Amino acid sequence: METTNKTLTFSRRAFMRTSSLAGGGLLIGFNFVTACKPKAEAPIDLANLNYNDFNAFIKIADNGAVTIFSPNPEIGQGIKTSMPMIIAEELDVSWDMVHVEQGVLDTENYTRQVAGGSQSIRHGWDALRQTGATARQMLVNAAAAKWGVDAAECKTSEGVITNAAGETLTYGDVVNEAAAMEVPEDVALKSVKDYKIIGTDRSNVDIDEIITGKPLFGLDYKAEGMLYASVMRPPAFGQKLVSVDDAGARAITGVTDVVQFGNKVAVLASDTWTAMKAKEQLRPVWEAESAAESTAEHDKILMGLLDGNEFNTLRTDGDVKKAFAQCDQILERTYESPFLPHNCLEPMNFYANVSAEKIHLVGPIQTPEWTANRVAELLERDVADIRLEMTRQGGGFGRRLYGDFALEAAEISNLAQKPVQVVFSREDDMADGIYRPALKYRIKAGVKDGKVIAYHLKEAAINSNMYGLIPNFFPAGAIENYQVDVAKYDSNITTGAWRAPYTNFLAFAEQGFFDELAELMEVDRVQLRLDMLQNVKGTEDERIQYSPERMEKVIQAAVEKSGWGSQPEGTYQGFVNYYCHNSHVAEVADVVIEDGIPVVKKVTCVVDCGIVINPLGAKNQAEGGVIDGIGHSMYGDFSFENGKPTATNFDKYRLIRMREAPQVEVHFMENEHSPTGLGEPTLPPAGGAVANALKAATGNRLYNQPFSKYPEKLKAPDKEILG
Amino acid sequence: MPTYELKVNGETRTLQVSADMPLMWALRDHLDLVGTKYGCGIAQCGSCTVHVDGAAVRSCVLTVDQAQGKEITTIEGLSEDGSHPVQVAWKEIDVPQCGYCQAGQIMTATAFLNDNPNPSEEEIKSAMHGNICRCASYNRILRAVSLAAENMS
Ligand code: FES
Ligand code: FES
Repeated sequence: METTNKTLTFSRRAFMRTSSLAGGGLLIGFNFVTACKPKAEAPIDLANLNYNDFNAFIKIADNGAVTIFSPNPEIGQGIKTSMPMIIAEELDVSWDMVHVEQGVLDTENYTRQVAGGSQSIRHGWDALRQTGATARQMLVNAAAAKWGVDAAECKTSEGVITNAAGETLTYGDVVNEAAAMEVPEDVALKSVKDYKIIGTDRSNVDIDEIITGKPLFGLDYKAEGMLYASVMRPPAFGQKLVSVDDAGARAITGVTDVVQFGNKVAVLASDTWTAMKAKEQLRPVWEAESAAESTAEHDKILMGLLDGNEFNTLRTDGDVKKAFAQCDQILERTYESPFLPHNCLEPMNFYANVSAEKIHLVGPIQTPEWTANRVAELLERDVADIRLEMTRQGGGFGRRLYGDFALEAAEISNLAQKPVQVVFSREDDMADGIYRPALKYRIKAGVKDGKVIAYHLKEAAINSNMYGLIPNFFPAGAIENYQVDVAKYDSNITTGAWRAPYTNFLAFAEQGFFDELAELMEVDRVQLRLDMLQNVKGTEDERIQYSPERMEKVIQAAVEKSGWGSQPEGTYQGFVNYYCHNSHVAEVADVVIEDGIPVVKKVTCVVDCGIVINPLGAKNQAEGGVIDGIGHSMYGDFSFENGKPTATNFDKYRLIRMREAPQVEVHFMENEHSPTGLGEPTLPPAGGAVANALKAATGNRLYNQPFSKYPEKLKAPDKEILG
Repeated sequence: MPTYELKVNGETRTLQVSADMPLMWALRDHLDLVGTKYGCGIAQCGSCTVHVDGAAVRSCVLTVDQAQGKEITTIEGLSEDGSHPVQVAWKEIDVPQCGYCQAGQIMTATAFLNDNPNPSEEEIKSAMHGNICRCASYNRILRAVSLAAENMS
C-alpha cells in the first residue's frame, strides 16, 4: 500500500478513543472535524453510545465484522452509505464485512452534524480517512506485537494482516489486543490509485429495508402509549388566535386531549386520521396581528427596490458606473421568481416524550444539535436531559434544518404529559412552510470593443439576501468593473433555506443573461464564457471561490459529451456552466418540438466534485438535482393572497412527474481533488439550460419562473427559428 | 366504533375504527404496516398505493368500509424477503434517494407489469406518471421497471 503525505494537523489522540467491549471486540469513538473533550470516555455499553464526546463509532467484533455508526443525518443524499465507505477504505476491510447503523444523538456536543449545504462529505473527508487509517494501524500494531515483528513489514488487505514471512492474522484475531494499544499519532493514508471501495458503485445501505417497506422514517416511529397530534396553526401569516371552541373536536371518539399553546391548538388522538378529522371541528377566532401580505404587492415592492438606490453592496471591482458610460453596447434584464415550498414527500413530523426525568425526541431533522438546544431553552430544561434520535428522512431540501415541528412536539408532550407524535398533513406542510423567498434579479452588462467590461447584479428579496460568498462566484474576477448589490423587504411570511439557496434562481438569471449577451455581441455563447474565464486564471484575488481551470474543463467536457453544435436537425440545445457548493458544473439541455410543443428530452450534466466516493449514489443525486431544478423552473408556482398560500396540496401545486422528466446523462470529471458538494450543485444550472434551449427552439426568452405560467412562450414558432 | 375484518397480505386482521377511516391510516396506525406511506391524502402522489384484488389503488381515498372483503396486498406482503422481480430490479438499479415514495412506486409498477408484461417505454412512463418522486429518481424508476419486465418475461 502506498501512502500519501500526511497533511493532517489535529491530534488523533484528541479526537479518538478506543475501548474493549465486554463481549469481545474493539470500539473506536471519534469526533470528526474537531477534537473531543479532553476527558472523553468511550462507552462500553453499546446501547448507550456516548455522543457527548464522540459523534461516530466503529465497532470491530472478534469475528472481524465491522459496524459503523454513521453520524450524519440521512436525507436522501446518500451519506449514510458514502461516509462509512471512506472509513472502510482506510480500515482496509471489504465492504461486505461492514454493517452501517444510524447514530443516536443525545446531546449538544456534536460537530457539523447537519445535513445541509452539501458539506457533509467535504468536512468529513480528512477525519473519516484518518479514523479508518488509525484503526487499521492499531490492528497492525497488535498483530506485529503478537508476531514480534516490525509493524512496518506488515500489510493489510480485506481485514487480513500479513507479515513478511507470509503469516496471516485477521482483524478479529487481534481486535482485543488492539483495544489496549496506544492510539498512534502517525498513520499513513492510502493513495487514490489504491482505493478499492472509494470510487466503486455501492447500493444504498438501507436498500433492503426501503424496498420491503420496513419502518425507517419519522412517521413510521411508534412508542408505547403514543398519541398522534394534529396542530391547527394560524390560517394566514399575520394572524393570531383569540379563542377556540374545542367542544366539537373533543366529542369525537378517539380524541384524548386538546391543548393550546401560543397561537396553536393541538388535537391529540389515538390515531392520525382521528386527530386530523377532529382538528377540522375546532372553531377558532383569529385576529390580525400584522399585515396580510400578498404576492401582487410583493412584486411591486421588490421591483421598487430594484428601481431604487437603497442597496447593500457586497462586492465592487473597478467602477461600474464609469464603465457603463463608455460602453458601446448595454444589456439590462430583470428576472423574477416566486416563493417555493419544500414539499418533502414525508410531511414534517416529530415524536416527543417529555417527562420530569428526561426528554426523548425522535424524528427526521437536519439539525439535531440546534434542535436539542432550542427544546432545552423552550422547556427550561438541561440539554443533558435530552436524547434525540434521528430517523431516515423522507427528503430534506432545507426544510428539516428548521426544528419548528420538533419544538411543537416537545411543547405538546410537555403540556399533555404524554408521548406524542406531531404529524403535519400535506396541507399543514405546504401552508406552514419556511419557504424559499421570492426574489428578483436585475443584471446589467456593458460591452466595449467586443469585450465585456462592466457587470452589475442587483438582488431584491423577501426577508434575506444572498450569503457572503456568492458575489465571488463566476463571473466575479472575470470582468474589470463588477458590482453586486442587494436589498430586502421584511415580510411576516417565514422564509429560509431551500436546496441551493439563492443560486437555485441566480444561476438561471445569470446563465440566461450570458446567453442573451452572446447574442447581442454576436459571439459564440460557449466561447464567451471561456473567454471570460481566461481573465480569472492566475488571479491573486483570494475571494474568488471557483477555479477557472476546473470550470474550463467541465465546459469542454460538456461540449464534447453533449455534441454541442453538432446536434441533429430538430434538436435545440441550451448551455450553462455554474459553480456553487465548491463544485463546478456544466449542463446542456436538448429540446425537441413534439406536436408544436417544446419538450426537454435530455440533459447532459458534467460535474467536477473532486473524488467521487460512490458513483452509483452520486449519479442518483446529480440526476435528481437536474430534474428537480427543471421541475421547479417549469412548474413551481407559489403565491400568497391576504397572507394565505394559494395552493396547499398537489392538486394545485405541480411537481414534475415521470413523463416530464428528461433523461439525464451524468459525467464526473476524474481527478484527485478532495470531494465537494453533490446534493445541490447540479440543481441551479438546470433551469437555465432548459430556458436557453427553449429560446433556441421557440425564439422566446424566459425571464420569469415558473415557465408554465407563460404558455404563449412555450410554443413552437410557426416557422422554426434557430436560436 | 364498528369492527372490521380486513384481508391483508393473506391474513385476516380485525380492527375497530371509524367507518370513514382511509385504509392507509388503518394500515399504518392500526395494523403496524407502515410501508404504505402518506404523501398527500387526496390521491395525487401515489405514495399510499396498495393492491386491492390485484389492482393498484390509492389507499388514502379508499375507506376501511370499502376495503372489506377484498384481498389487500401492501409492500410488506409483496414478497417474503424482497425477492419479487420488481424489488430485485429496484435494488439492482439502486433507485431510491430518500426512499419515501418507493413503496408506492413499486406497488404501482408490480400491478402494471401484471397487466402488461411487455410494456414500451412510453407505456411505463404513463403508468408511473401518477407517482410523485420528490427526489426525482424518475430515470431510475424507468430503468428498474424495464429491467423487471425483462426479468419477468
Ligand atoms: S397519499 Fe394517497 S395518493 Fe398521496
Ligand atoms: S426517493 Fe425521495 S421521494 Fe422518491
